Amino acid sequence: MNDKTRRLIQRLTLTPYSVWAVLFIVVPLLFVAYYAFTDQNFRFTFDNISRFFTATSVVDNGETTREVHTYLVIFMRSLKLAVISTAVCLLMGYPLAYIMARASERTQSVLLTLIMIPMWMNFLIRTYAWMTILQDTGILNGFLSALHLGRIHIIGTESAVVIGMVYDYFPYMVLPIYSIMAKLDVKLLEAASDLGCPGLSVLRRVIWPLSIPGVLSGITMVLIPSISTFYISQKLGNGKFFLIGDAIEGQYTANNLHFAAAIAFILMVILLVCMALMQKLANRRLVAA
Amino acid sequence: MKMKRASKIYTALIMIFLFAPIAILLVFSFNEAKSLSVFTGFSLKWYRELFRDSETLRAVLNTLLLAVSASLISTVMGTAAAVGINKLRNKVLRSTLDSVTNIPMINPDIITGISLMLMFVFVGRLFGAATSLSFWTMLISHITFCLPYVILQVLPKLQQMDQALPEAAMDLGCTPLRAFFKAELPEIMPGVVTGLIMAFTMSLDDFVISYFTAGNGFQTLPIRIYSMTKKTVTPKMYALATIIFFVILSLLLLSNFYDEEAMNKRRQKKKSKEK
Repeated sequence: MNDKTRRLIQRLTLTPYSVWAVLFIVVPLLFVAYYAFTDQNFRFTFDNISRFFTATSVVDNGETTREVHTYLVIFMRSLKLAVISTAVCLLMGYPLAYIMARASERTQSVLLTLIMIPMWMNFLIRTYAWMTILQDTGILNGFLSALHLGRIHIIGTESAVVIGMVYDYFPYMVLPIYSIMAKLDVKLLEAASDLGCPGLSVLRRVIWPLSIPGVLSGITMVLIPSISTFYISQKLGNGKFFLIGDAIEGQYTANNLHFAAAIAFILMVILLVCMALMQKLANRRLVAA
Repeated sequence: MKMKRASKIYTALIMIFLFAPIAILLVFSFNEAKSLSVFTGFSLKWYRELFRDSETLRAVLNTLLLAVSASLISTVMGTAAAVGINKLRNKVLRSTLDSVTNIPMINPDIITGISLMLMFVFVGRLFGAATSLSFWTMLISHITFCLPYVILQVLPKLQQMDQALPEAAMDLGCTPLRAFFKAELPEIMPGVVTGLIMAFTMSLDDFVISYFTAGNGFQTLPIRIYSMTKKTVTPKMYALATIIFFVILSLLLLSNFYDEEAMNKRRQKKKSKEK
């Protein structure tokens, strides 16, 4: 094959995708920045960005009223709930991934399928199922009162939102950790215990460090959708718990596209910084190990 | 031995957590009353109502149409792109292309959706259209978020393949196109098929990006579910969820069965060769 045909093939195969990627991946992101920094008449302005940091609203909790930074509070709440959900997923998922990786081949494939079935159901349906369970007149309360245990009010609280996030994104935590652990060399673990390393230390000094890449990708795969969700908070938070995704969606429905773009822009920048930091941390740990 | 028992109990508890909500949906889809906490009696009422709901049925057809078109187009374009990327020698171009491909996978769906919507609205306004969002904007968006998954499935298969294979075919007189279909494609086919299936299911399942890029006239099933759950609660939704669950379950079982069948065949072939 001469160079001319090679170059022609490359151009023919690569051009459609490159053009597509520029037009529909890169340019739309530039539009987010463009809308974020312009007003209704597309004149340059910082107003949208500064509104995010300075807008205030009054919180009335019955007795006292106080002024808070509307969007900063929303952002911190999203971050808090997303971090809690990610931590819960990790605590629940890590042991499961470990158990799966140590099971027989047949059990592994059965468990894998079982974990993936809920993932294949739309997350709207999954969230909705929890709404029917957690409602004041729902199954959980029906169950509790049948046992004469009284009722609990959980729908519309932050806990309900966390439950929804954990349920929806749990598989995204288990699968990457499992796929790393399944590849771990058993001889390595045997060597560690043969050399006198007690069980728990094997976990801490051998298995955990080696599974960090899986843990990190699990964390990003849970943290990112849960920090930006809006359906879960609408259904399980009773609309009271405004998250950053709700703010973007609300501005979109109210047709305030410029402010919606500004919030999206800020979210994107923060996530990029976080991810760069995490990558750096992971690299340093790998070098240290 | 004790440890093993503990892990069994732990796994069982997690499975209960994963499947209890789905089981509840299934049971209450057959409930006679509208209640969500008391089961009053078996009835197929909600299924009957679901099949009378022409808007939902329309949405199912729309979803399938969109998923088939988006997955086919993104598979063809993505496979071609993977072939090109694999041959790319320019390191700067290669790493730029890799990072751009990663963007839709890393970015939250809500940002991908908003970004595409902003562009469509802006361009639509340039041409003086009142509403620029339609089936076509949705198709473009779905192809865009499916492409990275196809590329990431095909690229490793290309890298595993013997790079001299297409060259050899061409040296033996194949045209480049024929060499691709006869020598290269069979080698990377598993990756292409996995990419196609992934693109199809991603497209079927997507709500967030569709929500921002959908026109008024075109409704997919997730968008329909969203608007159904926005108003009053009806067990019709449960009936729909139950049907979806069983479709997914049978597809998974079928593909497992197919895999095992393929493995058995391969084993038999090996055995007959040994003889």
